[in-house]
Amino acid sequence: MKIIVPVKRVIDYNVKPRVKPDGSGVDLANVKMSMNPFDEIAIEEALRLREKGVATEVIAVSVGPDKAQETLRTALAMGADRAILVVAEDVEPLGVAKILAKIVEEEQPGLVILGKQAIDDDSNQTGQMLAALTGRPQGTFANTVNVSGDSVHVAREVDGGLQTVSLKMPAIITTDLRLNEPRYASLPNIMKAKSKPLAQKTPADYGVDVTPRLKTLKVVEPPVRSAGIKVADVDALVAKLKEMGVAA
Amino acid sequence: MKTLVYAEHDNASLKDATLAVVTAASQIGEVHVLVAGSGCGAVAAQAAKIAGVATVHVADDAAYAQQLAENVAPLVASLMASHDAFLAPATSNGKNIAPRVAALLDVMQISDILSVESADTFTRPIYAGNAIATVQSSDAKKVITVRGTAFAKAEETGGSATIEVVSGSGDSGTSTFLSAEIAKQERPELTSAKIIVSGGRALKDAETFAATILPLADKLGAGVGASRAAVDAGFVPNDYQVGQTGKIVAPEVYVAVGISGAIQHLAGMKDSKVIIAINKDEDAPIFQVADIGLVGDLFTVVPELVAKL
Repeated sequence: MKIIVPVKRVIDYNVKPRVKPDGSGVDLANVKMSMNPFDEIAIEEALRLREKGVATEVIAVSVGPDKAQETLRTALAMGADRAILVVAEDVEPLGVAKILAKIVEEEQPGLVILGKQAIDDDSNQTGQMLAALTGRPQGTFANTVNVSGDSVHVAREVDGGLQTVSLKMPAIITTDLRLNEPRYASLPNIMKAKSKPLAQKTPADYGVDVTPRLKTLKVVEPPVRSAGIKVADVDALVAKLKEMGVAA
Repeated sequence: MKTLVYAEHDNASLKDATLAVVTAASQIGEVHVLVAGSGCGAVAAQAAKIAGVATVHVADDAAYAQQLAENVAPLVASLMASHDAFLAPATSNGKNIAPRVAALLDVMQISDILSVESADTFTRPIYAGNAIATVQSSDAKKVITVRGTAFAKAEETGGSATIEVVSGSGDSGTSTFLSAEIAKQERPELTSAKIIVSGGRALKDAETFAATILPLADKLGAGVGASRAAVDAGFVPNDYQVGQTGKIVAPEVYVAVGISGAIQHLAGMKDSKVIIAINKDEDAPIFQVADIGLVGDLFTVVPELVAKL
């Protein structure tokens, strides 16, 4: 069984994004970029399934700029077997899902494991859209994944706690934070990753129109909260709470 | 313009999250509500009373009992033939279903909107709320999820919508509900609590978290939340997490105890009316957004606070 893991190159988790003064977007020049953290978890889960003998091949896919090659090399260094880069800038989740659907048609993976959301646009859409386009069931926000025979059990992180569903394979899974702790790539594996196959494609190769449907009119900073006061001790805090009517 | 609002419910009662979505939908056009469930007649009756709702569509079918996206999305997509915009709450349920609907309709979804600027233009947070984008959709139909804290709740009474029975294709046969572990919360639900007390990594372990945070929450009648670090460390279950990828909350008062204030956490609570921070590190970023800060060891400060309240 093959597993496809789509990965996205995004601003690093630890970098505070800055809005461009002209309101056209977020300034990504000279900013550290990394693999979307949820996608690292997706790669890790796929690798664990391969190590358990459930999967035979892990294919990392990215739809993004040329530089997304680095992100794919990271996936390969973690242990993915090969990679596909579909070169295109600023493709919306719907366009990405359409390209992925074509790749799924070609590769026929038993599972596609995606991050539940990318930390740049915070859309949380691609996995569900891919599931719709391929007619496959979806296990979103996965906390635990267990493959048994021709079905996969997914414990999902939902608002009240956990919900477990059984999906008929092939299926689509999106990862939540607590699914696993991703491994670091070792130096020898980073070296090895350089010679693993990485195919380059374009949306046109798959016959997908990725013209955006949403137009960003402007991007602004959110209203800034200013720091308030510091109180000296608990008595002063209690007095404040009483003033606010929070405490009797 | 006709809108279709996805009702958040548990087959027994309608959840508050629906009310904010009704408000958002009313700014776009006529409001219709879809109640998809099993034995959900009471929910439909409740939805029909919401002020401003014209029609409630009820799809009562065992296949919709757990609102699995595989079953519900085709139902919504078929109803969208006669509606112009679909709006769901940005709850785990709404986030699961809406994009599946969007793809079936070949529409690019607009996630987690903060405001309706016009029938095709909305604002939404990106980069963990560090930027707010205004986006305009060129799709003929709109598929939207709504951030509950950004819209006032519609009145629960005053409406008298007609209730129409609808049906869909039922069970897709690809997905089966097995079980749910839903924590029994005696406390107010996080997304609707007026006061929230949240704990962070500094609480050490599950026992210390419970012994320190819960008495304070009890005193204040507050809901209990946590930072990602506290959830990852196993102090509390995942549904306590407040932040970019957890719950987005905006209570009257948010008390952050032993939380340093990573941007991902701030993304989930910085719209709270009043933020109170208790932390021993006076340089902790949480103090930059806190209205009232107290620098001190939480293990002495919190018990003292509980005693004096």
